[in-house]
Amino acid sequence: MNNVLGDKRAIFVLLGPALLVYSLVMLVPMLWSLGYTFFTGSVITGFEWTGFDNFTELVQDPAVRDALVFTLKYAVVITVGQVAAGYSLSLLYVFFLRKASGLIRTLVFFPVVLPTVAVALLFQKFFEYAPQTGPVNSLLEAVGLHGVDWFGTPATAFWVLALMDIWRSMGFYAVLLYAGLVDIPDELLESARLDGAAGWRLVRSIVLPLSLPVLISSIIFSINGTLKVFDSIYALTGGGPGSGTTPLTLLMYRTSFFYGDYGYGSTIAFALTILCLAVTVFIFRANKRDLTQG
Amino acid sequence: MTSTDTVVVPATTARPRRGPSNGLLRKRVRQIPIYLVVTVLLIVMVYPLVWILLGSFKTQDEFLNNPTWALPESFGNVANYTEAWSSISLYLRNSVLAVFPSLALVIVLGTAAGYALEVMVFRGRSGVLMLFLAGIMIPGQMILLPLFTVYFKLHLTNSLWPLIITYTATGLPLTVFMMATYFRAIPREVFEASTLDGASAIRSFWSIGFPMMRNSIFTIALVQFFFLWNDLLIALTFTTQDDLRTVQVGLLNFTGQFGTVDYGPTFAAICINMLLVLGLYVFLNQRVMRGLSAGAVKG
Repeated sequence: MNNVLGDKRAIFVLLGPALLVYSLVMLVPMLWSLGYTFFTGSVITGFEWTGFDNFTELVQDPAVRDALVFTLKYAVVITVGQVAAGYSLSLLYVFFLRKASGLIRTLVFFPVVLPTVAVALLFQKFFEYAPQTGPVNSLLEAVGLHGVDWFGTPATAFWVLALMDIWRSMGFYAVLLYAGLVDIPDELLESARLDGAAGWRLVRSIVLPLSLPVLISSIIFSINGTLKVFDSIYALTGGGPGSGTTPLTLLMYRTSFFYGDYGYGSTIAFALTILCLAVTVFIFRANKRDLTQG
Repeated sequence: MTSTDTVVVPATTARPRRGPSNGLLRKRVRQIPIYLVVTVLLIVMVYPLVWILLGSFKTQDEFLNNPTWALPESFGNVANYTEAWSSISLYLRNSVLAVFPSLALVIVLGTAAGYALEVMVFRGRSGVLMLFLAGIMIPGQMILLPLFTVYFKLHLTNSLWPLIITYTATGLPLTVFMMATYFRAIPREVFEASTLDGASAIRSFWSIGFPMMRNSIFTIALVQFFFLWNDLLIALTFTTQDDLRTVQVGLLNFTGQFGTVDYGPTFAAICINMLLVLGLYVFLNQRVMRGLSAGAVKG
C-alpha cells in the first residue's frame, strides 16, 4: 500500500508540472532578479556591470528613503484601519445583529470583489475638486466650508487613499474575523455574562483574547498586502502629487519601465522583498512569544 | 427591522430577567446608537455605488450644469453605455481569454501538487511545501523584470501568453498550500482503502481525491478568480499593445482616452464592470461567505 502512495512515477506526474511552472516562472526569475542588481541598463539598451553601485545608491537615494517611509506609514495606517474596522464590524455582526447580519455582511463585503481600478475611478470622481465638484466637496460647500483639492497635496491625497482602501477591504476582514468570533463557544460567553461581564469588559477579557490567533493572522495578511500595495495607488493618485504618495513598489515600477534601469529597479524590489520577509518573521515571532506567555 | 427583533429577543432569555416590558423598553433605547451606526454604515457603503450608477445615465450637459447629487433627467439615456461598451467589450474578451485558462491550470496543477505533498509519501516533501509557501511572500515586482526580458526575447509580448503563464505561476503557491491543508482534513484511510482496492496513486487522485475536494476547489477558484481578474501590475507590464489590454488596464486608460471632460462613458464603463461582478457575486455570495468562514482562513 505504501508502495502505491510512495510511487515515484506518480509523485513525478502529480507534483512535477506545478513545481516546474513555479520554479521556472517564480524561483528562477527571483534569482535572476538578484543578478540584475549588479548591472545597470535594460533589455533594450543593454546591460553594464556596476558591482555594488546599486546598493550604495539605494542607501543614499532620497527617493528611496521617501518611498520607504511612505510604504511603512501606509502599511501601518491601513493595517490598523482595516483590522480595527473589520473587528468592529465582526463584533457588530456577532453580538448585535446576530442572524440578521447576512444582508449587511453581503453589502459591506461587495466592494472587496470590485475591480480596484473601478473603485479608484469612483473615488477620484467622488472627491473631485476641479473641473467638476464631487459630492464630498459639494457637501463641504453646502455646510459653509471651502472645498478641498484632495489630490493637490500629499497629505490630503494620503487620507483619501487610506479611506478608499479601508472602505474597500474592511468587509473582507470583517468576514475573516467573524469566522474567528463564531468559533468562541457560547457557554464561555454565557458564563462570563452570568459573572457580570458585559459590553466592553466582555470584549476585552473574553472575546479579544480568544480571537487573538485570527486577529494576528489578519494583521500578518494585511501587512503583507499593504507593503506590496500597487494597484490602488497607481490607479487613484499615480503616486502624486509629485512623488508624495509613491511606495517602493511604484518607485520600482517607474525606475524600471519609465527610466529603463532594470538593475536599480531590481535592487529596490530586493529591498522590498527583504522588508516583507522581515516584517512577517517579526510579527510571527512576537506572536509566538506572547502565546506561550499567556 | 421587525425581523431583527424576533431574532434578538430569544437570545436574551439566558440573562437575568427584569420586569418584562420595562426591560424590553430599556433594551430598545440602548440599541438606538447601534441602529444609527448601521444606518451610517449602509449609507457609506451604498451611496458611492448608487452615485456612480446615477451618473452613468447623465448627459454631458447635466454634468456641467446640474448639482453633482441631482438625479439624472432621464434613465433612458443609454448612449453612455453603448459608447463605453464599444471599447470595454474588447478588454473584457482579453480578460476572459487570459484569466480562465490560467484558472483551470492553477486548479488542476495546484490540486495535484497539494495531493502529492500531503497524501503521498516521499522524502523532502515538507521542503517542497516550504518552497511553495515562500512564494506567497514574494512581491510581484521581484519577478517582473526577468520575465519581461524572457517574454520580450521569445517575442511573446504581442500575445496574451505572458499573462496566462505568469498568472498560472503566481496563483500556484497559495493554491498548493491551501489544497495541502484541505487534503489533511480527509482521513488517510480513504486513500489507503482505494489503493487496497487496486487503484494506482494517480487514479486515486482523479477518482477519489479530486471529486472529494469539490467545495474547496470552488472556494479557491473563486479567490484566485478575483485575484487574477483584478490584477493590474502584471497586466500593465506585459500588455504592450492597446488591443491586448485587460479590463483593469483598459479602465485605467479610459479617462485618458476620453479626456477628463467626458464623464458619462467613464461612469458607464465603471458601472459595466461593477454590474458584471455584482451578477457573479450575487450568484455565488453564499458560497463565498461559507467558504471563507469554513476554514480557508484557519489553515
